[in-house]
Amino acid sequence: MHIHRYEKLWLIIGSIILFIFLGIVAVQTFFLDMGPPSHAEMIDPQSVRESEIFADPELKEIGDNEYEIAIIAEMFTFQPGDLEIPAGATVHFTLASPDVTHGFKITDTNVNVMVVPGHISKVSHTFDEPGEYLILCNEYCGLGHEFMANTITVK
Amino acid sequence: MAHINEAPILHKGVAVNDAAASGITSRDIRLSAANLSIAFIAIMVGGIAGLLQGLVRSGFLELPSWISYYALLTAHGVMFILVLTSFFSIGYLYAGTSRVLGGLADKTIAFGWAGFALMSVGTVMAAFFILTGNANVLYTFYTPMQAHPWFYVGLALIVVGILLNCVGMFITYQSWRKRNPGKLTPLFAFFANAVFVLWVFASLFIAVFVVGMVIPWAFGWVPTIDPMMGRTLFWAFGHTLVNIWMLTAISAWYVSMPKIIGGKVFSDSLARVAVVILVVANVPGGFHHQILDPGLSVELKFLHVIQTFMIIFPSLMTAFAMLATMERAGRAKGVRSLLGWWKTLPWSDARFFALIVAMFAFIPAGLGGIINASNQINQVVHNSIWVTGHLHLTVGTTVMLTFFGISYWLIPYLSGRRMTQTINRLAVIQTIVWAGGMLLMSGAMHINGLLGSPRRTANTTYNGSSAAADWAMYETLMAMGGVILVIGMALLLYIWAQLAFFAPKGDADFPIGEDYSPSDASPLFMDRWSIWVALATVSIAIAYVIPLIDFASGTNPGSPPFLMP
Repeated sequence: MHIHRYEKLWLIIGSIILFIFLGIVAVQTFFLDMGPPSHAEMIDPQSVRESEIFADPELKEIGDNEYEIAIIAEMFTFQPGDLEIPAGATVHFTLASPDVTHGFKITDTNVNVMVVPGHISKVSHTFDEPGEYLILCNEYCGLGHEFMANTITVK
Repeated sequence: MAHINEAPILHKGVAVNDAAASGITSRDIRLSAANLSIAFIAIMVGGIAGLLQGLVRSGFLELPSWISYYALLTAHGVMFILVLTSFFSIGYLYAGTSRVLGGLADKTIAFGWAGFALMSVGTVMAAFFILTGNANVLYTFYTPMQAHPWFYVGLALIVVGILLNCVGMFITYQSWRKRNPGKLTPLFAFFANAVFVLWVFASLFIAVFVVGMVIPWAFGWVPTIDPMMGRTLFWAFGHTLVNIWMLTAISAWYVSMPKIIGGKVFSDSLARVAVVILVVANVPGGFHHQILDPGLSVELKFLHVIQTFMIIFPSLMTAFAMLATMERAGRAKGVRSLLGWWKTLPWSDARFFALIVAMFAFIPAGLGGIINASNQINQVVHNSIWVTGHLHLTVGTTVMLTFFGISYWLIPYLSGRRMTQTINRLAVIQTIVWAGGMLLMSGAMHINGLLGSPRRTANTTYNGSSAAADWAMYETLMAMGGVILVIGMALLLYIWAQLAFFAPKGDADFPIGEDYSPSDASPLFMDRWSIWVALATVSIAIAYVIPLIDFASGTNPGSPPFLMP
């Protein structure tokens, strides 16, 4: 099997670029804590509403401008409704679905996670810029999917 | 063993009858033509659904109450992604294999027709439940959303039909090897066999999911289902399907394109290496659809990123081989200057033009794929309409334009007609219209996705949100692209009808390129598929054993159904 000199060169350069790229992704994932949301905890979808975590869904201050909130993603709304937080706040979102699979996307941020029934999803974000952010479901969840949206107002 | 050699490839001038003159028996023609005619219908149904979606999402059109946007979306996905691509691939690969191996085996014909019947019945069932609003679950049918149980039975029939076609292909391939000991199978047959091997892998995952899990649950025999298991099995199938189309498409680039431009295959052996890597490394790529899923660890996801990136390598090989083929063809015609060979390519030949535009589309399509598969950047684009734009570049442009290009020699080859200059010119225009429509639509989708607009969502202003207001302009551009594409579709269907029934009689050939250096042939073990299947199984096991055992042994209590009309 003869490989042309130029093809060798092309494949070697291509592979080096690929390895550098993978290296960057690896450093981001394992050293800069930028790995994708991958929470492992499970929950019975049929008891989400009664569970300890989600029974009392409201914004709780847990530190200096640091908040925590449990959100139920269900057809076709996020519970509780619209949120309001001060600028610079870090918010830790905990999410679960009592029905079908939903998506949790906050526009103009990199917050994007799947909410699959049976699993708890977690994602955090620091809201530096004041403004109104749109939270929307980005996984088709039924005939009212396009109505599934809330806002976060950062003041 | 049944008699296979009854249709030897005849050279011009020794024609026995009309059918044999084109080197393919009429029974092989009938099987391929039947598959292609379903592809024809699927393009019409899926295309019209696509146009309506574009108009609804951009707010130009409101649907009557008896059909929802999501029913159209489901129809568009199932018709294009499952039905059109599989029927077309089978029609094309069977015809080409018949051409290079001297006819299909008797049993292949039997399996082919049985598979065709099952796939057709399955398609009609699935289409019925989708269009009557009983299966608004999209082509991914993520559980625990639930469609009418018989919708899933329709899907299962399509998959079983595909598996029967796989068996058919393997029979002809292996019987040729038995009759030709010590000989390497022709490159086209190697490609075709690889496609069907991948199909077996893909089908097994989806069969376990649909038959083993979804159908018993949809009929109410078991109360709950594990949605994560479903997503994982679905994407093992779904992403493999993507590369089934790619492999089918690049078989034409590697094998037929050289002949069309008056050149030769750049390297038969390297082409086979690329094919083998695609087959071995493919299935785990499905996991990059789940980068934002819970329940899979960060480490596991990184492993999947590495495995997904494996298939970049054969793409690099293909890029080199294509340009090298074209340059050598030009040099053989006496071109000396650095890039002069570019001008000697047959730009006005629609068969070539469609293929090269498809290749160009694959450059941004491939880059977008690398972006999607990367751990962190995926978070920016996941489930945004960027992904839809990506899919329309890969399948909608690269694969579809290649299929159109193939059809310009395949249909005349089967119908015993020839492509006239007028039809050829129309086909060149069709390519430009299609590529232009896709460029506009897919470009707008990519930008809109980066702005945050979600995929698979009906027209909405999100209560007048300012973020959503920025998306409207791009949605209008998407709709305009959709209108252009429907014009392209109408042109294509007209060309197909002409080539099948009305063009003048002729003896169009199925172009098969020769190798440059037969002395540099691949070693014979390349044809031993047991090796590649074993390696592919290992690569699948590395990716899937941990998560699947984890899900199966986990404490997931399961989800009851949520009916989706």
